[in-house]
Amino acid sequence: MAQVSLRKIVKAYEGGVQAVKGIDLEIADHEFVVLVGPSGCGKSTTLRMIAGLEEITSGDIAIGGTLVNDIPPRDRDIAMVFQNYALYPHMSVYDNMAFGLMLRKFPKAEIDRRVKEAARILDITPLLERKPKALSGGQRQRVAMGRAIVRDPKVFLFDEPLSNLDAKLRVQMRTEIKKVHQTVNTTTVYVTHDQVEAMTLADRVVVMNHGIIEQVGPPQELYHHPATKFVAGFIGSPSMNFIPARLEQASGALRLHLPHDIVLNVPAARTALYQPHAGKDVLFGIRPEHLTDDKATDKANTAPITLKPDVIEPMGMETLVHFKLNGTEVSARLDPATPAAVGAPLSLIAHMDQMHLIDPTTDKVL
Amino acid sequence: MSATPTSRRDLPGIYSKAGSLRAERRWALIWAYISLIISAAILLMPPVYMLITSFKTSREIADQNGNPWIVRDPTLGNYWALIADPMFQGFFFNSVIITLVVVVLTMVISILAAFALSRMRFWGSQVLATGVFLTYLVPDTLLFIPLYQIVGGLGLLNSIWGLILVYPTLTVPFCTWIMIGYFASIPKELDEAALIDGATWPQMLMKIFIPVALPGIIAATIFAFTVSWAAFVYPTAFITTPDQMPLTIGVVSQLVRGDTFAWGQIMAGALLAALPPVIVYAFLMDYYIAGLTAGATKG
Amino acid sequence: MAADASMAPPMTPAPGSGRASTLQRLARRRSSIAVLMTTPLLVVLLGLVAYPAGYGIYLSTLNRRMTGFMEAEWLPNGLGNFEILFESETFWAVALQSCIFAITAVILKALIGFWLAHMLNDIPAKGQRKWRGMLLIPWVIPPALSTLGWWWMFDPSYSSINWLFQVVGIAEVPWLGEKWWARLSIIIVNVWYGAPFFMIMYLAALKSVPEQLYEAAAIDGASSWQRLRYVTLPMMANIISITVLFSLIVTFSNYDIVRVLTNGGPRDLTHVFASYAFQVGILSGNIPRGAAVSLFMFPILAICAFFVLRGVTRRNKEQM
Repeated sequence: MAQVSLRKIVKAYEGGVQAVKGIDLEIADHEFVVLVGPSGCGKSTTLRMIAGLEEITSGDIAIGGTLVNDIPPRDRDIAMVFQNYALYPHMSVYDNMAFGLMLRKFPKAEIDRRVKEAARILDITPLLERKPKALSGGQRQRVAMGRAIVRDPKVFLFDEPLSNLDAKLRVQMRTEIKKVHQTVNTTTVYVTHDQVEAMTLADRVVVMNHGIIEQVGPPQELYHHPATKFVAGFIGSPSMNFIPARLEQASGALRLHLPHDIVLNVPAARTALYQPHAGKDVLFGIRPEHLTDDKATDKANTAPITLKPDVIEPMGMETLVHFKLNGTEVSARLDPATPAAVGAPLSLIAHMDQMHLIDPTTDKVL
Repeated sequence: MSATPTSRRDLPGIYSKAGSLRAERRWALIWAYISLIISAAILLMPPVYMLITSFKTSREIADQNGNPWIVRDPTLGNYWALIADPMFQGFFFNSVIITLVVVVLTMVISILAAFALSRMRFWGSQVLATGVFLTYLVPDTLLFIPLYQIVGGLGLLNSIWGLILVYPTLTVPFCTWIMIGYFASIPKELDEAALIDGATWPQMLMKIFIPVALPGIIAATIFAFTVSWAAFVYPTAFITTPDQMPLTIGVVSQLVRGDTFAWGQIMAGALLAALPPVIVYAFLMDYYIAGLTAGATKG
Repeated sequence: MAADASMAPPMTPAPGSGRASTLQRLARRRSSIAVLMTTPLLVVLLGLVAYPAGYGIYLSTLNRRMTGFMEAEWLPNGLGNFEILFESETFWAVALQSCIFAITAVILKALIGFWLAHMLNDIPAKGQRKWRGMLLIPWVIPPALSTLGWWWMFDPSYSSINWLFQVVGIAEVPWLGEKWWARLSIIIVNVWYGAPFFMIMYLAALKSVPEQLYEAAAIDGASSWQRLRYVTLPMMANIISITVLFSLIVTFSNYDIVRVLTNGGPRDLTHVFASYAFQVGILSGNIPRGAAVSLFMFPILAICAFFVLRGVTRRNKEQM
């Protein structure tokens, strides 16, 4: 088992375009780390550099304490699951899983034992003799994982493994991957653009954007304490509302002055924190789930706000309503029982204890 | 569903139109079949007439009365005479040797080169790939005279080895070109998975690329086979002694002699010589056609 | 749960890591494997195509016994063979015949091939394979051999075609005996041999036009002629031009059919460049003059090749 260390990793392509701009990351033994970010953020490139499929421009990568910069993929003792599974189409499921072991000259009996064991874990024993063509997407996904498991490598690498599956299977396979990790407990680096996948799977989530790491932390921490505007907006769905506002001093307390002369009181607990920014323009960040109808029983730390909905989207267990506030899109989550109509004023409350303030010049969360 | 009867009553126009549409379709189909039957009759006429002639005795062929399109007195004599003829056996044997060696050489050369060109980018690889395609467009009749001099200089005129030396110019460029196409269509992740699984470059070629691109390899092999079997310009130029002739030039030059043509035997010889490519075509038609169309659509 | 950065293990360098040099060595090794793998191809391309091409140009400048350059009167010395060809009536007849032959044959092949492909595409899918297999047979038989069959069918006294003509009351045709009929015969054989190839190429292209485009055009009110004009032809334009140009190269440089059917006769009037070069260079033993004749094919072939390459590149870009 192994830790993975990235030190000042840079990947530059010909012409000077930098896909990865010097990232540092320590991944502990047995840890499940998810790299998440929009496409082009450098997450896949980072994974491929760990795998050895891309050369690093500068920096160091170590796996299990050994510097692997110049070691070809086959000697890094890693296994990888690809987005399109990359199953060898001419080999049976069994041979697909056995191939890596065969190349490493494992004894036949050992190969057989490992393949059967992996097939049992993944519940694909009846498929062993089939060709990949005869498998469904979910089954191919399992075989791809089986190919990684049999190798018993130091590190598992997953490159968007679920994005070719339909929504229902994706949820199912997500659980499956988590279960497998709990069983084999191998250090795992997982790349996805889907923040839900990141949140549900990861011990720690690494949010990347434009080739740098925006924030690293456990899922709940990222949700509750995003470090930057990007993370605040990227984690959580629907994403956080950002409303331009002015932080005003009002007799010992702070309050936010929003467009349309909406004024919200900042909870006392935050006063000390935000005091230095009093009188400045800020972005008021609040998640839709913290902007709700005013039926809540506990109204401590809430502020009333009345808006006219533009669009109403009933989702079943909840209703999303969208507003325009001086050109800014804002959404809120309502109890489906709350009557709401387009254009009719709707009374909401903002749960101010869940608010965030962002410095618009640095995009840092205050 | 329940709306259907209403709409049928309301819109009689559309339904009568649909009727005429069906009639239109039927006429198009009849027209297509008529065209195809006439075309097939014309396209198959020469081989059929060759077959008819090959079953005739010389006396029947010489008889100018009556329908030449029927055989009155069928005989396999022409075929037996050829099969027993040591010279014809020699042509056949030469063709087999030449074709076998050329096909193996071609496939080894083009698979190796196509693998390198499609997967290992190196200095000049793009230029080389274009060069391969351009040489495919160079016809054999452009270079047969300098090649005649070169082969002569090597002392290989009148030898099947001279042909084996130059035939790759007919086969290698096209086979390399379509193999580049087939290899390029293998997803990159497959080699990456193999790299991570621990494969070396040769292992990747042998265990992944060749098996996955097998249909392409079969198509290219068929192409190399048919081209070297049918080659005509080079043997006509380089070979004048019957014992080194392959079938094509052998049948054309040795069976056609003097003024009294043994037409029955010529036709039997031509058909026997054409048999191997036709058999390959009959059994591997899909690969054969894939190879034909691949040149313009792949790579 | 989170592994603090300060807990990071110390990095021990991998054994023998002279870093830059190792990377370079790896890259160089891959490159040298690639070069090794392409060497046989290079040998074929350079040794058997590029070198003979250059050598052919050199040969064409020599005199008949190849003892020195061919003297010329009004052209620079060494171009004497070309000068003689320019002044030779036979040569101009050959050039004319080559062009007539290639252009007529290619146009006919393209039209017939297109028509056959359409007819094939119109019949139910399960019958198509069988018909396609049958119609491609002329292409499968080595042309030198099938031309023997045609030769026999064109035979002056035993022509089976003339017999059929006589049955339906058409006059006998002197197929290979008269200049224009002989030229036509060569074209007929070439079209017979090559039209199925066009059919296959067009059929493949037709199949690649998405069915929805036709449905959309039909809903937009296009007649079947308009569908052909505005959907099929534009979608196939590239493959049509590639096939036509490619066929122009092959047809223009054809040798087999002329050699077997007429061998240039009557009176050298059906020679094309290739068969004339063969006649002059190999049979009459004037190697340099033959090489010069061959070289006359080069400009038109080069132009076609240029456009084929452009078409193929464009097609590949479209498909990406």
